[in-house]
Amino acid sequence: MSKESDRGEKTRLKNIYKIQLIGVGGQGTIKTSTIVGEAAMRKGLNVVMSEVHGMARRGGTVVTELKIGEAHSPLIEEGAADLLIAFEPTEALRSLNKINCNSFVIVNSAPIVPFTVSLGISEYPELSSVFDELKAKIKNLSIIDAQKIAKEAGSIISENMVLLGAAVATPGFPVDKDLVIQSMKENLPLKSIETNLKAFELGFKEVKK
Amino acid sequence: MKVKEILTEKEGEKLFLLGNEAAVRGALEGGVSVVSTYPGTPSSEIGNVFYKIAREAGVYFEFSSNEKVALEVSVAAAAAGLRSFVFMKHVGLNVAADSFMSAVYTGVRGGMIVLSADDPSMYSSQNEQDNRIMARLAGIPLLEPSNPQEVKDLMKFGFDLSEQFKIPILIRTTTRISHMRGVVNLGTVIQGKEKGYFKKDPSQFIVTPVYVVKMRKELIEKLKQIEEKTEKSPLNKIIDKGGREIGIITSGSAFNYVMDVVSENNLKVKILKLTFSYPFPEKLVLDFINSVDNILVAEEVEPVMEKEVLAIIGKYNIKKKVYGKLDGTLPRIYEYNPDIISFGMAKIVEKELIKREKYSTKLSLPLRSAILCPGCPHRATYFALKKAIKKLKLKEEEIIYSTDIGCYALGMEPPYNMGDYCISMGSSIGIGCGFSKATNQKVISFIGDSTFFHAGIPPLINAVHNKDKILLVVMDNRITGMTGGQTNPGIPLDGMGNPAPEVSIEKIARGIGVGLVKTTDPVDLKETEEVFKEALQFEGIAVVITKHPCAMITDGENRKKGISIKYTINQEECTKCLICVKNFTCPAIYIEKDGSVNINPLLCDGCGVCAQICPKKAIEVKKQG
Ligand code: SF4
Ligand code: SF4
Repeated sequence: MSKESDRGEKTRLKNIYKIQLIGVGGQGTIKTSTIVGEAAMRKGLNVVMSEVHGMARRGGTVVTELKIGEAHSPLIEEGAADLLIAFEPTEALRSLNKINCNSFVIVNSAPIVPFTVSLGISEYPELSSVFDELKAKIKNLSIIDAQKIAKEAGSIISENMVLLGAAVATPGFPVDKDLVIQSMKENLPLKSIETNLKAFELGFKEVKK
Repeated sequence: MKVKEILTEKEGEKLFLLGNEAAVRGALEGGVSVVSTYPGTPSSEIGNVFYKIAREAGVYFEFSSNEKVALEVSVAAAAAGLRSFVFMKHVGLNVAADSFMSAVYTGVRGGMIVLSADDPSMYSSQNEQDNRIMARLAGIPLLEPSNPQEVKDLMKFGFDLSEQFKIPILIRTTTRISHMRGVVNLGTVIQGKEKGYFKKDPSQFIVTPVYVVKMRKELIEKLKQIEEKTEKSPLNKIIDKGGREIGIITSGSAFNYVMDVVSENNLKVKILKLTFSYPFPEKLVLDFINSVDNILVAEEVEPVMEKEVLAIIGKYNIKKKVYGKLDGTLPRIYEYNPDIISFGMAKIVEKELIKREKYSTKLSLPLRSAILCPGCPHRATYFALKKAIKKLKLKEEEIIYSTDIGCYALGMEPPYNMGDYCISMGSSIGIGCGFSKATNQKVISFIGDSTFFHAGIPPLINAVHNKDKILLVVMDNRITGMTGGQTNPGIPLDGMGNPAPEVSIEKIARGIGVGLVKTTDPVDLKETEEVFKEALQFEGIAVVITKHPCAMITDGENRKKGISIKYTINQEECTKCLICVKNFTCPAIYIEKDGSVNINPLLCDGCGVCAQICPKKAIEVKKQG
């Protein structure tokens, strides 16, 4: 354990902040990462990001990784993520290999059950056991009903901005809130910006209570 | 960032660009005039950006019918003195190879760049070929960027180099470079010439034996001169961390992983980054080898540089160890990442490297396989065909389904299981011809509209002429779907977004002499089933074109018009027979925890096909707007 926290220190010292985002196609994972990346750039930081395209169509797992600071590769080493944003509960488990006991983890509690479950080819675990496992392993964990909060803000489509707001509120997040908001304005459609900003603020409050 | 900014953002500014977007900016800063491609992941976004900005940029851009044509368009533009840019996925270069190999012989007048996006680990490809080998086969200078900034800068560098030596230049990216975002410092966009002029010179542009013998000699001489450049190029640089125990020779993405592992572990090593990597800079590498005790070569995918290094070691009789793929220090196949590099380096350095504990879960996670989208017309095609086969009492096990490259290849998945063979673009028909001759089994081939134009026509001619018995289903969804929705010759729009003649698949099939040609809308299941029944009983070659726009198009159009059509299940009528879930499998339809069947309104695209298959007529439409 002591070794783990040593390493946590080291990552900070080197000023490389590592974020993994994981979700399901269509949830806006890539857009969310780009907003963070551009905000970091506006702050004058170096930032590299990896995103998946192609066969990862609607319904598949979508992973993006960001390193903010003097990194060359955007790919995060196993156990080295400072922050994990999971857009779906079981997807958080898929990223367990990237986090350590000091990582901050934001998880959307709304499940997305793939068709393979209806077809009987795979199973979706009990949600309670998913959350139990996350709670047992992660001390800095925020489980958020982003779907419900997004509805409150005006549209279920703003789920990703709820999660982004929550992420920005975590201790150690390297980019200022107003830069992220500016980046949202530059990356999101004008007609939905108000809903998105509201969703973002609600998500932010969820963590910074 | 808005896409337009790739063109309009000023010199000195910064953008957070994808490697593919950086290639566009680099081409614009290099004064490109003509750009051509056939879409293929991981290179597709380059074309998507040009589609949006070419008109405003004053650049000619086209989605050619295949990569060979795309290469020819660009090579001719370069022969006419313009700067041209052609790009494709790695296997696209196989299609273009015939002209590619000779274009390196004839050379160019205006600068020409060929970009090949390789796909280590095959995220969206049929093989893992390493096109650095293609560079060696053709004798074309090779540039290997490691990040978006380098992609952009190498475009401009490449154009100048190409013009100086009158030879096309190959840039090799990989998925992790094409789909990597990074901060890119911008230079000035230069307006390219609008038109060139082709000055005739058959001795330079006709590859008959008379001339080509001379061209071959010239090519080798050019490569020798270019090697002098690679020896001294600042693109090939040494990063000295203050030790000589291990010298690492690396390029592309592997360089990034090496750098991150070295700096995190504070390793005292020397690194040689090769960006201008072919012709291989022998003297530079020799000096580097002499300056260290042992060598590690870190590269993706084939041991290309490793073998070059071994050759130098052999030639100069040097007694040093070369670690890499061939001795198993690093994995032989698939893409690398920092952990893989760290694991490999741990075997050869004295120091203990940072090793992290990693978590895992014992819960079994749900499978998120790729599936045809909700509202996808291909699903209706497969469903209707299956029904027709059943009605005619044909044995499914006896039918060979020869499928092709495109979304519809997902028809091989359950519950349809209609895909037995697929190897390359357009292969469904040629493979069908072979099976038709080699067996007495029934052959059904599937091909998409774009793939048909790409490589489907010559094999269809073959099938007619050689009297093969095939049912060819052309799944015409009015778009090049899998790569994100590009135009193709069947669409009344060209790559600049201008109106264009629409090439008719039906007329092509008739013109070739196909015995039975029918077009049907697959969303009308009844009619489509009837058409399939007729075609399945036809002796000889039959072509059925199932024509209906891709769900991406209908979604977009409905959104624009403010129409929202959703289907719902009337729980009173539904008997939970599960036909819609198990036999049809639209991902919008799901089983609730209580066993009831429902439609997720967020996913439903309103195509209405499920309403046609429900035996109880329990599925109903709900319309808004
Ligand atoms: S096909 Fe019709 S009756 Fe059968 S489960 Fe689906 S909605 Fe219910
Ligand atoms: S109408 Fe039916 S088949 Fe079409 S997308 Fe909606 S649920 Fe799927």
